[in-house]
Amino acid sequence: MPKMTIPEEEHTYPGSTGCPGCGANLVMRYLLKGLGERTIISIPACCWAVMPGYWPSNCLKVPLVYSAFEATGASISGLRAALDMKGVEDVTVVGFAGDGGTVDIGLQSLSGAAERQTDAIYVMYDNEAYMNTGIQRSGSTPWGAWTTTTPVGKNHDFKQEQKKDIMAIMQAHRVPYTATVSVAHPEDFIKKVAKAKAIKGMKFIHALSPCPPGWKANPMYTIEIARLAVDTHVFPLYEIENGKVHVTRKGKGLPVSDYLKLQGRFAHLTPAEVSSIQSAVEANWAILLEKDDSGT
Amino acid sequence: MRQVMTGNYASAYGAKLSRAEVIAAYPITPQTSIVEKLAELVSTGELKAKFISVESEHSAMAACISASIVGARTYTATSSHGLTLMHEVLMWASGARLPIVITNVSRAMAPPWSVWADHMDSIAQRDTGWLQFFCSSNQEVLDTTIMAYKICESRNVMLPAMVIEDAFILSHTSEPVDMPEQEAVDSFLPSFSPELKVEIGKPMGFGSLVKPDQYMEFRYKAMLAMKAARERILRVEKEFKQVFGREYGGLLENYRCDDAEVVLVAAGSTAATAKDVVDSLREKGQKVGLARLRVFRPFPHEEFRALASKVAGIAVLDRSYTFGVSGAFFTEIKGSIYDCPKRPAMKNYIAGLGGRDITPKILEKIFDDIQLFVKRREETDVEWVDVAGLPRRWH
Repeated sequence: MPKMTIPEEEHTYPGSTGCPGCGANLVMRYLLKGLGERTIISIPACCWAVMPGYWPSNCLKVPLVYSAFEATGASISGLRAALDMKGVEDVTVVGFAGDGGTVDIGLQSLSGAAERQTDAIYVMYDNEAYMNTGIQRSGSTPWGAWTTTTPVGKNHDFKQEQKKDIMAIMQAHRVPYTATVSVAHPEDFIKKVAKAKAIKGMKFIHALSPCPPGWKANPMYTIEIARLAVDTHVFPLYEIENGKVHVTRKGKGLPVSDYLKLQGRFAHLTPAEVSSIQSAVEANWAILLEKDDSGT
Repeated sequence: MRQVMTGNYASAYGAKLSRAEVIAAYPITPQTSIVEKLAELVSTGELKAKFISVESEHSAMAACISASIVGARTYTATSSHGLTLMHEVLMWASGARLPIVITNVSRAMAPPWSVWADHMDSIAQRDTGWLQFFCSSNQEVLDTTIMAYKICESRNVMLPAMVIEDAFILSHTSEPVDMPEQEAVDSFLPSFSPELKVEIGKPMGFGSLVKPDQYMEFRYKAMLAMKAARERILRVEKEFKQVFGREYGGLLENYRCDDAEVVLVAAGSTAATAKDVVDSLREKGQKVGLARLRVFRPFPHEEFRALASKVAGIAVLDRSYTFGVSGAFFTEIKGSIYDCPKRPAMKNYIAGLGGRDITPKILEKIFDDIQLFVKRREETDVEWVDVAGLPRRWH
C-alpha cells in the first residue's frame, strides 16, 4: 500500500452542480483539503457562483460570500479588515475566481488587494475562457483556441492573442507567494496551499482547470489533460516564494500535440500552427528553468 | 462642544462618533477631506478602525459590503463619478441587506467636467434600494450620519443609507457645529450586532443563486424594510431630539407651510437659503412656505399628500434633470398626489446644475412665478432657470 498523503477528510458535500468531469470541482476540493474549515471564501460571478447550489443550499462546509464580478480583490480586503477588527486571526480568507474574473474584469481589484498585501489567498481556477456564460474568449484563453467569440470559421479566426501571464503580473506586485497547481497533482497542490496558508500577506494560486464542454473534451480525460499540460510544459508546476522560483514538477517534456489533440478547441490548428505553439512552450519552459532556484 | 467645521469634517466626525470599524475609500473631489480626516483619526488612534485604501469607488463599496457581512460597522464617502461607478455594488449592498452608511458629496456628472454642486449623481441612485438623506447644514450632516446607522441597523430595516451634502456649498464651507460627546453617542447608538453574519462553523452562502420562485420574496422583503424605515426615521429622530436637542423635520420638513398658499419644494443647501427667502416674503405679506425634501428614499408620500390638500401651488426645484421627463422630484411628487381629492398647480424649476448659484433673488422669482402660475397655468410646467439663450427673467 502506498502511503496516503492526501488528507482523507472532505470539506465538500455532494451536490455541486458542476458539469461531469469539471476541473473546478477538484480545485475546490483540494483547496479545502489544504486549508480546512476555518476558511471564508469570496466568490464572484463565475462557474463556482452557481456550483454550490441554489439558495438555501451550500455544498461546501465553509461560509461563502458572493461578490460582484470585478470585486473579489476588494471583497477579500473587506473580509480581512473586518475579521482583524473583530480580533479573529486564525481564519483564512480566500478569493476564488475564474480566469475572466481575475485577469480581465477583476484585475484592478486584485491588483489593489495585492498592493495592499491583504492577508488572504487568491485562487484563480483557470478554465481559459468565460465558461459560465458559455465559452467566450478571455484574456486567459491561449493562442490558437476556438471559443464562441473566436469561432475559427472560414477565416481561421481562432484566438489570435497570447494568454496573459497572470503569474508574472502577480510577481510584479511582489507578493510573498505564488504557485501554479494542477488537479492531476493533488499532493503538490495541497502542499502548496498549506504553504500559502502559513505565509502572511497576499498569496496567489493559479490552478489549471480543464473544462470538458468548453475545451470540447471528453469528461473522462480531465485528469489526463491536466497531467499532459504539465508533461508537455504547457502549464508547468512551480512556485515563487519571496522572488525565488522553484519548479516543483519537471514533467516528461512530451510534445504539445499530445495535449492539444485531446481537445476539440484546438482541432482546427494546422501542423505549422501546432509547431509554433511547441516553440512558444519550449521558449517559456527554458526561461522558467533558467529562473529555477530549486538546485535540482 | 461647539466647533467650527466644514461639512466634510462633520461627515468624518459623524463616522468617528458612530465608531465605524471598517472604512474603505478612494479619493475624489470634493470628498477628499472626509477620508483624509478619517485616515488621520485612525492613525492617531482616536478612531479604532481599519482604513482600507482601495483602488476605486467600486472596490470601496465592495470592501464595505464584505466587511459588513462579517458584522463590522462600515463607512465610505464619495461623490459624482465615484458614486455612479459604485452603482452596481450599491444594489449589492441593499440586496444583501447591509446597513452601510456613506456620505455622498453631491456633484455634477461629466461631460463637461464640473466639480460643483448638483444632485444628478444622487438622483441616479434612487432605484438602488438605499435610504437617501439630503442635508441642509453641516450640523445636520453630522447628526444624520449618526442617526442613519441607528435607523439602518434596526432589525426590520437592515438597508444602507446615503447622507448627501452639496459639493463645496456644505462640503467646504465652515459652520458652527455642536459635536456630541462620544459617551452620549455610544448610549444612543449601540454597537452593531446583526442577526446573521458570516461565521466559521456556519457554512452559509451570502448572496446565492435563487430560482424565479424565490427571487421576488427577497425583493418583497426589501420593500417592506424600506416601508419600515419610514417609521424608524421618525422614531430615531425623536429619540435623537431627546438626547441631543436637535431635530430636522422628519422626511419632509414643513417650514411656514401651515397657512401657505404656495410652497417651494427644495432639497439640500438650497433649502436653507429658501427659509430666509420665505421669511422675507412673509414679512411682505406673501403666504409662502418651504417643504424641505429631507428624505428622498423612502419617499414621503403621506407628507406630500397632506401638503397637497392645503396649498394652491407647489413649485418644485430640481438640481438635476431626468432627460425626456422632468426633474425627478417633480415627477415623483406629482405621482404621489395624483389621486388626492385636491390637487394644487405644480411647476418644475430646473436650477443650479453644475454648481450655478441659486441665489435668494432666484428663489424670490420662483415664488413670484408659482403664484402667477396658480392663477394662469402656462403650457409648459418645466422651466430651466437662468440659462443663457432663454428669456432673462431670473435677474
